[in-house]
Order: sequence, then C-alpha cells, then structure tokens
Amino acid sequence: MHAPSVLRRVGRTAALLGAVALATTAPLAQAESPGPLGAQDARHLLARTGFGASGADVARYAALSREAAVERLLAGTHGEPDIPPPAFTDAGAPLPGPQPGMTFTADERRAFVREQARQTAELRAWWIDEMVHTSSPLTERMTLFWHNHFVSSQRKVRFARLMYAQNALFREHALGDFRTLLHAAAKDPAMVLYLDSVQNRKGAPNENFAREVMELFTLGEGRYTEQDIKEAARAFTGWGFDRARGAFVFRPRLHDDGEKTIFGTRRNFDGDAVLDLILARPEAARFIVAKLWREFVSPDPDDAAVERVARQFRANGYDIKVALRGLLLEPAFWASGNRGALVKSPTELVVGTLRSLDVAPPATAPYAAAVSGMSQVLFAPPNVKGWPGGERWINTSTLLARKQFLERVARAAVDSNVWVAAQPGDDVPAHLAFAQNVLLPLPPVTADVAEARAQRDPVLFVRAALLDPVYQLK
Amino acid sequence: MDRRDFLKATAASLTILGSGYARAETPAQYQRLLVLVELKGGNDGLNTVVPYADAAYYALRPKLAIARDNVVQLTDRVGLHPALEPLAPAFREGRLAILQGVGYPAPNLSHFRSIEIWDTAAPSDRYLADGWLTRTFASAATPRAFAADGVVIGSNDMGPLAGNSARALALANAEQFLQRARLAKAETPTGNAALAHILRTENDVVQAATRLDVSRSFATAFPSTPFGYVVRTACHVAASPGGVACLRLTLNGFDTHTGQAATQARLLGELAQGLIALQGGLQELGRWDDTLVLTYAEFGRRPRENSSGGTDHGTASAHFVLGGRVAGGLHGVAPDLARLGGDGNVTHTLDFRSVYASVLEDWWSVPANGVLGGRFGKIPIVRV
Repeated sequence: MHAPSVLRRVGRTAALLGAVALATTAPLAQAESPGPLGAQDARHLLARTGFGASGADVARYAALSREAAVERLLAGTHGEPDIPPPAFTDAGAPLPGPQPGMTFTADERRAFVREQARQTAELRAWWIDEMVHTSSPLTERMTLFWHNHFVSSQRKVRFARLMYAQNALFREHALGDFRTLLHAAAKDPAMVLYLDSVQNRKGAPNENFAREVMELFTLGEGRYTEQDIKEAARAFTGWGFDRARGAFVFRPRLHDDGEKTIFGTRRNFDGDAVLDLILARPEAARFIVAKLWREFVSPDPDDAAVERVARQFRANGYDIKVALRGLLLEPAFWASGNRGALVKSPTELVVGTLRSLDVAPPATAPYAAAVSGMSQVLFAPPNVKGWPGGERWINTSTLLARKQFLERVARAAVDSNVWVAAQPGDDVPAHLAFAQNVLLPLPPVTADVAEARAQRDPVLFVRAALLDPVYQLK
Repeated sequence: MDRRDFLKATAASLTILGSGYARAETPAQYQRLLVLVELKGGNDGLNTVVPYADAAYYALRPKLAIARDNVVQLTDRVGLHPALEPLAPAFREGRLAILQGVGYPAPNLSHFRSIEIWDTAAPSDRYLADGWLTRTFASAATPRAFAADGVVIGSNDMGPLAGNSARALALANAEQFLQRARLAKAETPTGNAALAHILRTENDVVQAATRLDVSRSFATAFPSTPFGYVVRTACHVAASPGGVACLRLTLNGFDTHTGQAATQARLLGELAQGLIALQGGLQELGRWDDTLVLTYAEFGRRPRENSSGGTDHGTASAHFVLGGRVAGGLHGVAPDLARLGGDGNVTHTLDFRSVYASVLEDWWSVPANGVLGGRFGKIPIVRV
C-alpha cells in the first residue's frame, strides 16, 4: 500500500459553495422531477451509475433536472478507453504459448502460465487506472456489468490478451444494442474457450455454452427445456477458436446442419439463428432489465416496472441506453427506501473512494491488489455465474480488509489535503455537512461522524465517514 | 418455564425468525469439533491411497505410479504415498479411516463449479447459495456463547460456510484478525437488509475478537510450512474459551497438471506433518477425542497420466477421516480402473453427501435429510 505522501490531489475545481447552498436549501427534493437535483440526489445518481462522486462532481450535477442529468450521463459514454492498454494487448502479434503440434516442456509451460498471470495483473492495474480517471464512469460500470454477465475467466482462458479483447468488446457495446453484444460475446475467443465451444462438435456436442447462454445470459433458469439446450448445442457446433490467428473461426465440417427443434420450432438453425430465436422471446428483455435493476436500483426488482422498461427495451431494438434511461427515471430509483440499499463491490469501494476524495495514486497496482484482496479478482470471476454480489461481498474477512483499506486511505488522503478539508475562509460546519452528503448515502450509524463534525476536525471526519458502516453502501 | 418466560422466548425467536433463519435448540454435540481440510486444486487420490496390487494402475501410470516397494502398505491391496508415512500408525491403531471412490453423479470437471458442488452439497445441476454447514447451523444452532459457528483458515472463500446466516469467520491468521478487529464496532443491526447484514458482520467480528485468545503456547512443534501455519492458527482457535463448531483449513497447490511427482510428494508431506501437529495440539488441549478431521477436494485426477508428467482433472477420489473417535479402516469400494468412463475417468462409488450425512447425524446428531435435501446412506466412520 502507498505511503501517505504518494496520493496526489487531482483538483478542487468546482464552485463547491454553490452546491453547499443547494444542499442546504433543496436536499430532499425527490418528488418533483423537473426541479434541480440538489446535492443528495446528485450524489445518489453519480454513486449508483459510477464510482462514488467527489464534491466537484456533485456540484456539477446538483443544478440539473433528473432528465437532464441522466441525459448527460448517457451522452458522455464512449466505446474506447481513455488510457491506452498495456502493449501486450496488441492484436497484431501472434498469441504466445504452445502452438498446435509443438511440444512444450514442463518448464516452458510453467513460464507461459506465469507470464499470462503477470500480464493479467498488469491488465487489472490498467483497468483500475481507467476507472479512476475515466471521463465516463458509467461506461466502466457497464463494462464491468457485462464482464460479470458474459463471464469468462483468465484462469481457464489463460491468454491475458484475449481477456483484454473481451474487455474492449464489452466497452465498445457497453451501452450499444444488446443483440449485437450478445452475438459478439458468443463468438468472442475468450468466451469460446471458457464455455468449451471449441469442444462442441457434430456428433459429440458439448452443452456448456448452449446451457449458459439461456440460463445466465438471456432467459434465466426454468424458461427453456433440457431439450431446447440439447438442440441448441447442435446448432452451435463448429464454433471454434483459430489458435494461429487468435480469433473465432467457424468450421463447417464440425457443424451439425440437421434440423433442430428449439422452443417448438423445427428448422435447420445455426448458432446465430438460435440467438435471434432467444431474443424474440419477451423473457429475454425482462431478464436483462431485472438484472440491470439489481445492479442500479435495488435488490428487489419491481415486476410491473421491469415489464414497462423491458417493453421499451425490446421496442427500441434492445438499445441498452433505452433500458438504462428507463430505469434511472423510474420513481423507484429515487425512492428514499432504496437509498443505500446496495452494497458497494470491492471495485466500487476502492475506485469510488479515490474518486470521491478526488485523489489519484501514481500507481494503481496496489489498488488492484486491494480489490482482489476483498474477493473480486477482476478477469477471474469465481465461476460462470460471476460474483454473486450484494451482501455476499461482506464477510468478517472481507469487511476487515475493506475497513483496513479505508483506514489507510483516510490517513493518506487527509495528509494530501483533499477537498473534504475546508479551506481558510470556508464555512466549516456547512462544508462538513455538504461533505457528509457527498460521502454517505444514509445517516451514519456510529456517533463518530457527528462528533468529528462538532469538533470541526476534517481529519477525524474523513476517517469516521469512511469507517462508518453506511460507507459500505451506495 | 412459566408463561411469561415462554412468551418472552417466543417473542425472541420470532424476532430472530424475522431476520433470517430460525435458530433452533442447541445440541450439546457442538462441543465436538469438525475440522475440514480442503486439498485445493484437486488432489490425485490414486497416488495418495495407492492400489499397489492392481496391474491396471501401473499400466495407466508408466511414469507416475508409486513403485510397490515405496508404498506404505496398509492392506494387501492398498497403501499410502510414502510422504504420508506419519499417518500409518493412526491407520494401524484404527483411528484413520480411508474413504474410497468419493464423488458424485454427473461430475463437473471445473475447479470452481465442482468445489461449489461439494461446498453446497448440491446435485451437480443445481446452484445453491448457502454452504452445507451454513444450512446445518440454520437448522440446529450453535451456542450463542461460541466465538463463531465456524472459522475458515488459509482461504478467503467461505466455502461450506458461505451465506448470510452463519456466524462464520475468515482468518488469515489470528493475530492479524485481532489487530484488524479494532476497526469493527458492535452496533444494533438496523436499517435496510444490506446495512443490517454489515452490522451483523461487525458484531460477529467483535464477538469473535473478544472470545479469541491467541496467547496459549503449545509444546507441539508446528511445522514451518504454509499448512503448518494454518494448523497453528487452528489450534489457537480451538484453545480459545469461546469455542467453535467447525474449522475449515485449506492446503493449496494440488492442481498438478505438470511435474506432479515432486509437487504432490511435498504437499502430502506437508499435509501429514500438519495433521500430526494438529493431533498433538488438540491432544494438549484434551480435545482430540472430540475432534473429527475430514479431507475433501473438488475432484480427484484422471487415472491415465498425461504427457507432461502430471494428471488432468478427474472425478472421484480417496479421502481421510482422522480423530480420537474415528472408526478406522477402509470404507467403501475403490473404483475399478479397468472400467473407466468414456472421458477416461472413474465412476464414484461413494457419494460425498453420504459422508456429510454421517458427520451430521453420527458426529453432531443433527438430522441430515433436511440439510442435504435428500436421504443419503451413512457410513460408519464414528465409533459408537
């Protein structure tokens, strides 16, 4: 972990005072959607769709209406990372490691595995760096969402470069259309390796991908039959991985082009046709919208609201922005009962803390390691279901790892004079009241926060706020 | 119990019901400790409990087979890997049971999915959120005074203790835990479900921290290996006055696709030395007769060795049960190496849930059917 002095303050750019005024005059304006958000609603929107929010971020959004704020978030998304990825991700070079027909000694194999693990660690540090600095936190949140939806793990895929290619794919389509994303993710080389499509051949089908595409990627358990899976697996035969090019390949000789009966329709479906057949079912839109709801709104999707948004989603060609806009403008998103109802993932906790305090570390590898230490190893979800998330993020060990991280950051951040520490001439009580609104989604549980405010001590305040249990929530 | 007490007790149990599972009566049997030892990565059972009289074994393993002369012979058919020699006396005294062919139907060869199947005791096509021990303690609670239901040592994964309702502790080492525990505060669980869960977890930390005591010194020498360190922490936890019902210890590194001979010999040596130290530590505490140690892993390995001096992911495997009240000897039937399945793997002969059922009912007197979601025949591993 860093020494205190290495945290560099990014800036105290915005007119915080204006936001302080808004925070005190209209903090609870939730019912009227046309009015300005105010500090609390602005922090809610930003923390839910990004990674925390700094005082400056909150000040920028506090004066916007809900609709204008949501439009600004959606308009700011992009398909390319702001920070260039590591050099080894260059798709032009041949893939490293054992080529078909080559024999590898045990030592060579070990060296290959070690090198891929090293590159993956580098990739994690790069991604954390991107999340800390991106101009569109929502883009990275959605990229992470798809990583945890179309799960692949470097532990099986091995090639770090393919994990990056998949990450780039998720970013490119993060807020594009789900149909394009689904087709592309299904043929993504990391996915083809991870879910054994390479072993799915005519006459010897492997059902792994066919099952997961229905159960986990589109429809949900119980919305298909075992027969649908068996037949769909036949349709996906011949999908493979060209080791020499490091790319997806369709091998017609391995493809079963007989007739298959899927969802009661009998035809000579191929893999792409099966994906479209799935998307023609209304359950698919509902399944994705409900999952987005659990990511952004609350742990318990409201069936009627999900149905409303899912209809818009389907009617607009599976445009992910339409689904997201619909969810973010649902009254449930803004409801007071849903404030602080979600647990921050380790990535959100670590990146969000840096962004909220408006500090940038010179190297992100220790922060990526901290995220892993809280049981979210990026590019290596535990299994095809991904990280279960929610309350499962918190056990005695991960909670203490989270708190220890926060304590260290609090110590370092205060030394580096973050915005939370009022400047000479500031109205200190008003400033700390604003800072609490920015950092915490709910009133603090411990008395320490109020005590630090009463003492007008920003050092104690930052520590107390970060270590309060409600800081674990968003 | 008079009527007022009854009403109070009912109100209390209703409150608890509202917050999750009902915590039922406390069986005194939780004074008996269960120690699970995870051989992470999938230990090669065939080179652990060696069928040295089986020609098929030597045919499948031209390079990796343990030569007959090197096997620690236990019976006229099977013996131990030489690195496990320290465990042989326990077998001869009838305190070490060997379970053969432990696995489950429709085996999954993914590390992650297969260990989840073992940890949740689910059929291979069902996903359950809670670990099998979490469900156990939900159906029959441990005493409130316990430091925790269970403690996980040497892994960050809660495994069989996953899920919200268990008071489960993950410890890298006890000293570090106590040092970090000052960051947790006991507050009344309140607010939304997520906040209540966090506050409960903080309380678990505080309760465990007040009841864990790492000051006890042992005459037993703990090996200076990773697993020896895990065992040392386990003995400290067991020595604490607070008590726990179970410990899950993890020994990493069994995924031996290449260069298996040296790696496995080192790991099995580490395991055997560690288990002997565990026995020594718990005997010092007078708890060995109240301890049942059970090894498990996501799977065994492919009978036929691969071309890299290793073995690939397999299915059923052999496991050990050790402790003062264990009914030793060979249990179950070793899978037939002459009749491998189409994928080159053995078919299990003993369902791991039968092992769990035996632990639940014969060690803890907790009815197994509800916890395991079905009836699994028991095996006599506990002496009566």
